[in-house]
Amino acid sequence: MVEAAATRDAPRVKMRTRGLKLWYGDKQALAGIDLDVAEHQVTALIGPSGCGKTTFLKCLNRMTDTINDVTTEGSVTLDDVDIRDRSVDVVQLRARVGMVFQKPNPFPKTVYDNIAYGPRIHGLAANRRELDDIVESSLRRAGLWEEVQGRLGDLATGMSGGQQQRLCIARSIAVAPEVILMDEPCSALDPISTARIEELIDDLRTKYTIVIVTHNLQQAARVSQMTAFFHLGRLIEVNGTAELFQSPAESMTEDYITGRFG
Amino acid sequence: MILTLVLVCLAVAVFLAGRRKAVSLTGGRTSVLHSRPVYHGFYVALACGLPAMSLWFLVLLAGDWMIDRTVVAALPGELREASGPVLQRFLNDAETLAGGGVPTIGITPELEAAAASFSHLTLLKHWIGFGAALGLGLIAAGLAMRRIDISRRTRQPVERVLLVVLLALAAISVLTTAGIVFSVLFEAIRFFDEVPFLDFLFGVKWSPQIALREDQVGSSGAFGAVPLFTGTLLITLIAMLVAGPVGLLSAVYLTEYADPRLRATAKPILEILAGIPTVVYGFFAALVVAPALREAGAGIGLDVASESALAAGLVMGMMIIPFVSSLTDDALAAVPADLRDASLGLGATQQETVTRVIIPAALPGIVAGFLLAVSRAIGETMIVVMAAGLAANLTANPLEAVTTVTVQIVTLLVGDQEFDSAKTLAAFALGLTLFLVTLGLNIVALRMVQKYQEQYD
Repeated sequence: MVEAAATRDAPRVKMRTRGLKLWYGDKQALAGIDLDVAEHQVTALIGPSGCGKTTFLKCLNRMTDTINDVTTEGSVTLDDVDIRDRSVDVVQLRARVGMVFQKPNPFPKTVYDNIAYGPRIHGLAANRRELDDIVESSLRRAGLWEEVQGRLGDLATGMSGGQQQRLCIARSIAVAPEVILMDEPCSALDPISTARIEELIDDLRTKYTIVIVTHNLQQAARVSQMTAFFHLGRLIEVNGTAELFQSPAESMTEDYITGRFG
Repeated sequence: MILTLVLVCLAVAVFLAGRRKAVSLTGGRTSVLHSRPVYHGFYVALACGLPAMSLWFLVLLAGDWMIDRTVVAALPGELREASGPVLQRFLNDAETLAGGGVPTIGITPELEAAAASFSHLTLLKHWIGFGAALGLGLIAAGLAMRRIDISRRTRQPVERVLLVVLLALAAISVLTTAGIVFSVLFEAIRFFDEVPFLDFLFGVKWSPQIALREDQVGSSGAFGAVPLFTGTLLITLIAMLVAGPVGLLSAVYLTEYADPRLRATAKPILEILAGIPTVVYGFFAALVVAPALREAGAGIGLDVASESALAAGLVMGMMIIPFVSSLTDDALAAVPADLRDASLGLGATQQETVTRVIIPAALPGIVAGFLLAVSRAIGETMIVVMAAGLAANLTANPLEAVTTVTVQIVTLLVGDQEFDSAKTLAAFALGLTLFLVTLGLNIVALRMVQKYQEQYD
């Protein structure tokens, strides 16, 4: 990964959190997270279950707003603008910071309508032709075009799990986001589908900034350039993926990646 | 009655004994038993109770017949040769006299003798029957008790009996429904013997009263049910125009927007509305809504009948709001949270998410809820009886009085009627039509709900 090493020399920070704290009711889930997400890189968030990595991910596009009884503190910036600021509209934020969920969740609509959903609500296409182009290019970028080309009118819910997840990725690409958040996107998939999605993530990096939560350490090692290790709502260590896995600075990180706990 | 209770007590006692024996066999560690002690108890109780009870009821049923035979055999010749009804009446009187009542004919020596033999035989029947049942029960219990053993499989037979009992209970409701359907069906067929089927279904004039007075049932053509169908449709339509939007939107509000605490209180309150007896809605329609509509109509120069389809429809709509909203609410809540997240995660607003994702995904469930509501509206009676009127007008004007199928059934059957006149039988034909329509709606609706659920399982 010579290229990755080269880009890491001068990484532009796309998103940055400072002192990010979050409570579910009176239970604290995040205890002050400072993390920089570099542009055009894949940042992997690892850590044992319940360590706050998914919660942190949801803070990055304010999906936490949809949960009741959540309070947050600290700052989250996107291109140096605080997304928690009143001036930032959550709808526009989520168009710029897309999300792919753990379980594939296509709408019970056709393949075409699934992809076209985002462009339609955001008014990205002036006419049907442009919309067709967006659908096609999104599906191509998600590596799904060859498979569904002739079946755009079929229900998306009838596809295989791996196809559904790539459809969900294509769906989020279709609104032309800058950042894509992925919450364990492969945990419900078989190894072959997983491999395809990992390849896809590596491709997507050139255009987008990606933050991925994963339980699979090999996956983190394969797809990411930066890795952040979370434990009990704290960010224990963040470093280049190769460095973090080869010579972790913290003993807790070492214990986790060598399988001693977690 | 008391004797029956004694037999029940016996079964209970035997149950306790059986259970105790099963426990005592193990010395306290009941895990070595094949079946749990309770099953041993039930096994013995059933072995004792079933034959005893069967015998007892058999004696009670067959005994009366045997007593009648015996009494008749002891009667003097001319009475014994009397015709069936006379003899039956004599026997009834004798039984009444034996029970301490007053017979319909004068008390004669024959009657007194018969009465005496009645009371004597009845007593005999009770004690012999009871003795036999008790004896049988005790013997059966004894045999069953001896068979209790650690390895005895008592659970299987007990569960088989329980299965039969459950099946019988389940069959009751089904059989009752079938009975209702068939009785309505046969009466309706009798009606169609007198009034041609097509005249009923497509005739536009409904006036069963005239037909009765002129004693010209079949040929008068006064049994055209179209005005009733249109009246029903009109009121149902008005009701759905009220309940549909209000129910749907209140459900959307409660599931998608309302604070969970508000939802927790508002939903039960809305559902309480469904518990108000419809006759109360009827009062409201007849005493508040109808006069108010009439005055409002008069205010803008419209002539509104004092009993109007509009009043009945509006109030019926209010009545089925909770129905629609509750079913819609269930359909909306069944849409996986994933889809909400997916839509919001793409930067859709709440409103876009609701209208473009949630409602389309829940549509089959919502439509099914609407259909069930329609079938309730069609079958609803009290409100329309009180507020819609009796005049069978063939009109689409909601300000006029109309009548519905249910209202006509009520008016046809209320009061003293001959049960074989076309007028009364017409009620059954209407009932059958109503039944078929609502059955059809319910089947379609349930199918849709089923399909919809499969989609997310």
